Amino acid sequence: MSSNPASNSTLHQHPWQPGGTGATRNIPLFAHAVPAGFPSPADDYVEDVLDLNKLLIQNKPATFFLRVKGDSMINAGIHDGDIIVVDRSLEPVDRSVVVAVVDNELTIKRLIRRSGIAELHAENPKYQPIRLKEGQELTIWGVVTGSVHSVM
Amino acid sequence: MSTIALVDVNNFYVSAERVFNPKLEGVPVVVLSNNDGCVVARSAEVKALDVPMGEPWFKLKDLARKHGIVALSSNYALYADMSNRVMTVLRDFSPRQEVYSIDESFLDMEGMPGDPTQTARTIRFRIRKWVGVPVCVGLASTKTLAKLANHCAKKGLAGADGVCNFETMTPTEIDDILSRIEIREVWGIGRKLNEQLQSGGIHTVRQLRDFDVSRLRSRFGVVMERTVRELRGQSCLDLVDVSPAKQQIISSRSFGRYVTDLEELEQAVSSYMSRAAEKLRRQNSVAQSAFVYLQTNHHKEGEPQYSPGMTVSLRRPTNDTRELLEAVLAGLHRIYKGGFRYIKAGVMLSEIAPAGIRQGDLFADQPTAPNISNLMKTIDQINLKMGNGVLKLASDGIEQGWQMKTGNRSPAYTTRWSELAVAI
Repeated sequence: MSSNPASNSTLHQHPWQPGGTGATRNIPLFAHAVPAGFPSPADDYVEDVLDLNKLLIQNKPATFFLRVKGDSMINAGIHDGDIIVVDRSLEPVDRSVVVAVVDNELTIKRLIRRSGIAELHAENPKYQPIRLKEGQELTIWGVVTGSVHSVM
Repeated sequence: MSTIALVDVNNFYVSAERVFNPKLEGVPVVVLSNNDGCVVARSAEVKALDVPMGEPWFKLKDLARKHGIVALSSNYALYADMSNRVMTVLRDFSPRQEVYSIDESFLDMEGMPGDPTQTARTIRFRIRKWVGVPVCVGLASTKTLAKLANHCAKKGLAGADGVCNFETMTPTEIDDILSRIEIREVWGIGRKLNEQLQSGGIHTVRQLRDFDVSRLRSRFGVVMERTVRELRGQSCLDLVDVSPAKQQIISSRSFGRYVTDLEELEQAVSSYMSRAAEKLRRQNSVAQSAFVYLQTNHHKEGEPQYSPGMTVSLRRPTNDTRELLEAVLAGLHRIYKGGFRYIKAGVMLSEIAPAGIRQGDLFADQPTAPNISNLMKTIDQINLKMGNGVLKLASDGIEQGWQMKTGNRSPAYTTRWSELAVAI
């Protein structure tokens, strides 16, 4: 056991010191500070700042971001390299854009579910719809609620 | 009487990996510890092959080849994020929650609407659907019993639906189930206690529960008494709702290879110290004591062994990386001996107190300049934004050859934009 043997090392010396102002302190800034005067008419309209997280994410613990690879959803406006927002808590319905598990891979397609049939359709005529074979179960990973596309 | 639920993720690390990599479904999978050393998580398929927890990977290579076991390096960024999600979902089921570990949480179900068994089923369904991992739920009147009920749910001892509620079982049913469980499954019965109790003729949980409490207390102390009372349904352990600020912060790692050089050890220790100091600042605390240690590989026969450690007291409590660093580096210099091949190093901060309640020191320098804490805050913020370790003190070293081996780590699917899972 020892006291700090390096207590006088250069790490403790600060050649530069701020000009004697002491500790900085954050002081809350109020829109108006005139309690006796006329209250600001804008005060009733104070709103939250716009937050993209709130726009894109309804259910945080169930929401994941995935990266799109390929052009199979191009006609739905979802491009190669886009980031998709996937909410696993939502129930997919007919025509939902979903991430599904097909051949052990995650794939993004449009779900077509009508009269007992479930199919996954690409939004690109180049690709055939994925039809489930007899007894094959369709695993929906999550419902796509949005995409983030960079234009840079 | 209240009902306590213990929710536990099945094979958590493996299950988290499978969410993003469906190829791992139905395949035997293990997750290895830091440096790919030992098995820290096993899929059901691997458990069926009788691979024990903690088994060194090199011993498994033949079996792995034979059965196609997939071995993954641990991906703690992923596990932490998935754990947070599970715990967040659980909070909707009761405001009284104790997060017990990365994959376990107690919930106090008292006063919550609905039938607890039904709620437990909803919990199972929702976490599977929302987060993607399977959980089991045990329900009982005490924490210790809830843990056992969870064990029963997992092993299918009480039905196969992953939920076990002791509260709805008859005393005979409970007797029957507890006489089929070994005492080592009881919360708080470690290896040593297990041996002692076994040699005293206590083998099953039922035997332990029905044993004379005063005799157990005089032999093993009050903790054992509490365990037995809990097994009898008398609640002795309250839920700890708020995770208290940590009283010790440890940062240590095994190296990816042997390290002999003092300079490399300095880098490693500095890097661990930076991380520990970051945690300290995040919980808004200061520490007055730092422990630094080194380890050689004691699993290796014939290897010269030297595993020293040293506590360094600081003159005043601090959370300034630089003050903490100079203390642990000074300690490192004292304990370091050449000629040994070190495999692990670590630092531990203790005597932790909330920042702001500091004892003045007659002999210490004036408090460090006010810009210091801002400097540290800025470093933390940049590292948070840009990725760990972008900004560091020069003593951390630029080329970290000692960094742990993570040969087969899966992507940080949920915490790095560049590593998101891909949908084609």
